[in-house]
Amino acid sequence: MNRAELLACPECDLLQSDSAFPRPRKALCARCGAILYQRHDHGLERTAALTVAAAVLFAVANAFPIVSLELQDDRTTATLFGAIGVLWSQNMHLVAALVAFTALAMPLLEIAALAWLLFPLRYGRKAPYFGDVYAALQLAQRWGMVEVFVLGAIVSYVKLDHLADVQAGVALWSFAALMLVMAAIEANFDPRDLWSQATAL
Amino acid sequence: MTTAASLGLVSCHTCSLVSRAPETEEALCPRCGSHVHFRKAGSVGRTWAFLIAAMILYVPANTLPMMLTSSLFGSSDDTIISGVIFLWEDGSWYLALIVFVASILVPIAKMLALLVLLLSVQSGAGRLSAEQRSRLYRAIESIGRWSMLDIYVVALLATVVQLTALASVHAGPAAIAFGAVVVLTMLATESFDPRLIWDPVEEERERRATA
Repeated sequence: MNRAELLACPECDLLQSDSAFPRPRKALCARCGAILYQRHDHGLERTAALTVAAAVLFAVANAFPIVSLELQDDRTTATLFGAIGVLWSQNMHLVAALVAFTALAMPLLEIAALAWLLFPLRYGRKAPYFGDVYAALQLAQRWGMVEVFVLGAIVSYVKLDHLADVQAGVALWSFAALMLVMAAIEANFDPRDLWSQATAL
Repeated sequence: MTTAASLGLVSCHTCSLVSRAPETEEALCPRCGSHVHFRKAGSVGRTWAFLIAAMILYVPANTLPMMLTSSLFGSSDDTIISGVIFLWEDGSWYLALIVFVASILVPIAKMLALLVLLLSVQSGAGRLSAEQRSRLYRAIESIGRWSMLDIYVVALLATVVQLTALASVHAGPAAIAFGAVVVLTMLATESFDPRLIWDPVEEERERRATA
């Protein structure tokens, strides 16, 4: 009995067996076309490496200004923390919380959850609270919006460029790089492999 | 063509493991410990609730000002639409297009699509085939997040401009309503169970098989 070989489409519940050999890289549901799984060689190792890169970029992206503006002698800068603080001080508490949640907390949770799950696995250990942390990772992937934030930063930059002398800060590039690394994580992360390795322990 | 549910099997939302559903109400996935159910509980009702709330808030999100700008040369209150028009007239048509798609087109398309999906699931009929509706669901699942764009733009502009002596930018009340619309439509999409689209197809097949 090997139930893991049995796949139910997450979107239409059609039961399918994963008996094809060689296994395809990407399997689509035979009925509704949803992605059943994507398989990647060394996907978890790549994801672990990319997670380290993401952590460094995340730190840099939050430590430096995204854009800075120069008006005569005045020079102002915007960091992500600063933006959340300004919204809060303008009594836009809910909006501040939303920005903090989607651009700061959820990307951080995604990086932390990946590290939590993947690094012990490399040393043959299954991290505690494995299922819960995996569920948290899924939440973070749904609600983390680094790519939208990057587009927002670019739009802001272009808008300001019409008005004054504006400079793109280190954090803008870091966020853009973080966006690419997060996309690479999404493309390489193989949850089936993660679960089969974790249950084999 | 057999569904997992018709064989008493249930797939885990979290880790996708297919397991035999226990008799008890409270069932846990044997592999990851998440709650498992044949279908998301109260899916249609919850989706309606989130969708209606989003539709109501969509009105203030578009009529109230999103961004309050004041400078030595006067002040202006921009709604989402007037912000897009301003960008267009300013010659930044590409920015106008991006903001138009993210802030106006995507939320409307998303709410309409959810409406179509809910009505078709409840009435069991519709012009769209199950496969087309599945594709529609996947589309709104992936585009919904892009509506957050304007919120981020307002946040960054307010921060950079705030400290200069010449002008100030404040987030307007529409930012709260619009942020809520984005969150509510995302929650609505999350609550909707796309497997409901296919259940009538399965029932029809079974009925034919027994007849």
